[in-house]
Amino acid sequence: MNASQNTKTIALGVLLLVLPLVLQQFGNAWVRIADMALLYVLLAVGLNIVVGYAGLLDLGYVAFFAVGAYMYGLLASPHLFETFPAIAAMFPGGLHMPLWVIVPLGAALAGLFGMLLGAPTLKLRGDYLAIVTLGFGEIIRVFLNNLDQPVNITNGPKGLNQIDAIHFFGINLGKKMDVMGFEVASVTLYYYLFLALVLFTILISYRLEISRIGRAWMAIREDEIAAKAMGLNTRNLKLMAFGMGATFGGISGAMFAGFQGFISPESFSLMESVMIVAMVVLGGLGHLPGVVLGAVLLSALPEILRYVAGPLQSMTDGRIDAAILRQLLIALAMIVIMLMRPRGLWPSHEHGKALQAKEGA
Amino acid sequence: MDVFLQQVINGLVQGSMYALIALGYTMVYGIINLINFAHGEVLMVAALTSWSVIGLMQESMPGLPGWLMLLISLIIASVVAATLNFAIEKIAYRPLRNSPKLAPLITAIGVSILLQTLAMIIWKPNYKPYPTLLSATPFQVGGAVISTTQIMILGVTAISLALLMWLVNFTKLGRAMRATSENPRVAALMGVRPDMVISATFIIGAVLAAIAGVMFASNYGTVHHSMGFLPGLKAFTAAVFGGIGNLTGAVVGGILLGLIESIGSGYIGHLTGGVLGSHYADIFAFIVLIVVLTLRPSGLMGERVADRA
Repeated sequence: MNASQNTKTIALGVLLLVLPLVLQQFGNAWVRIADMALLYVLLAVGLNIVVGYAGLLDLGYVAFFAVGAYMYGLLASPHLFETFPAIAAMFPGGLHMPLWVIVPLGAALAGLFGMLLGAPTLKLRGDYLAIVTLGFGEIIRVFLNNLDQPVNITNGPKGLNQIDAIHFFGINLGKKMDVMGFEVASVTLYYYLFLALVLFTILISYRLEISRIGRAWMAIREDEIAAKAMGLNTRNLKLMAFGMGATFGGISGAMFAGFQGFISPESFSLMESVMIVAMVVLGGLGHLPGVVLGAVLLSALPEILRYVAGPLQSMTDGRIDAAILRQLLIALAMIVIMLMRPRGLWPSHEHGKALQAKEGA
Repeated sequence: MDVFLQQVINGLVQGSMYALIALGYTMVYGIINLINFAHGEVLMVAALTSWSVIGLMQESMPGLPGWLMLLISLIIASVVAATLNFAIEKIAYRPLRNSPKLAPLITAIGVSILLQTLAMIIWKPNYKPYPTLLSATPFQVGGAVISTTQIMILGVTAISLALLMWLVNFTKLGRAMRATSENPRVAALMGVRPDMVISATFIIGAVLAAIAGVMFASNYGTVHHSMGFLPGLKAFTAAVFGGIGNLTGAVVGGILLGLIESIGSGYIGHLTGGVLGSHYADIFAFIVLIVVLTLRPSGLMGERVADRA
């Protein structure tokens, strides 16, 4: 790494660290947007392992997000405590599992679900896999919606609320904190937690990409039969990609539940899965900086528009409100960006070269 | 027994609508290997158009018989849907034909969201009642009932399917379509114009979707901007179920899916002792799909295709 690159990295780091403190001055809503953008980056980087590296189109990714979120929600909210006397007897002080129990559990469960889904379906051709994963996502959502009877586990469409804020080492991220006379809001604390997680995930993801496993995944993506002929155990590798991606989804889900304090099946619709896929593909399949760019762009930009949509709404007699405008913009962005740059906004060089060679042949 | 018969009738009606939509998916997939995510939205636009046309006609010529109004609105809706699908292909899919495979899929999803949003702006996001234009008195069939609308759906589906089979198997255009789906490059060498064939495929698919849309609206009595999503998803499932790219497979898959759903949701309560209710109906489609694909990875009637990169 040369000197100018070093300065750039440090400048970017400082910018990322200062950003929430600046945004905080304009109101916490702006920091929330940044928080959500980071969560989406987390999801997009996780999905990138499945779609970008291994080339398996997964349209039900949000299911793993939901598994993580419900894991956190159930283990750290009054819901189970109030519904089951047995649990109330076991935990007289209320069910408030520490983060160190919930996150590994959520990640493991999501990973297990990923493997379970992957095991029977991974021999399917690309588009069949897409529709099966999509169906799996819907199945999970329908179950979350309906498992309030006969035994109330998920509380149905009403969702879980009063979920504990994330707290560890005696720090409660749900409350604002005083650091040397400077007040740091709760959303800002979450921002730093998510930022740290994102950096950690990107590091893991990058190390995977350049490892033996990563190269094997990319070989499968480019030509599965050739990869098999080279002696790769494609089934296990694909399962691993599925499990890895799902694990990241589960962790982000747990973070989401703690951050929001409320979850319901509505947050885990198919649209959400589609958005995450769109982030990965728009940014640049299999290229980490591109994926991060795609996630930030698609999650943050429309939110910002929400604040400028007011005048437009009065101009069009209430027909175009903020939510509709946001949707319109996402749709147009998806179409226009793909038409102009079919390989994504910031594609990886290598991938591009291989593709050009294939087209020329 | 009559309950069972009723579920079968409902399943057949539902399944024939799935079959009509599934054909649109499967034809497009057979030719350009693209999941046309916007197909369900074409159905929705057609249904909403027919709703507007019927509303206008009821105001301007109140004396017109119901079936004629339905027919006129169906024709106008088909034209609108065909134009729309033609334009979608030309703008959003054609430029990406040689791009990475995921690119057109993303534009398809984009078009789908765009159409839903535009429909929300044009028709407002509320549920609109769709008028009952055919006689509402049902017929008795061996203890079960079937409405005029349902009979019409079965009839129209049968006619459309017969026409489509004739078109694909016995006309010049049909031969060109089959040739293009087999191998576009060789077909082009034989004097087939792939662009024209692809456009024709999208137009035919849109007309089928429009028919299904109007049937859907008259069967359920409501129209709204997101009505195309679930039928579209189920119909795609049906197409995969039957073996995607295979026309007969799409019809069989659609009708089977309709039957499974209706019979399954009718009896699931009994079978599980009331633990699972009929609100699980929506996941039947997907569970069946996962099971079928696990056992037969290329669908019921799909040919075994070697995985090509």
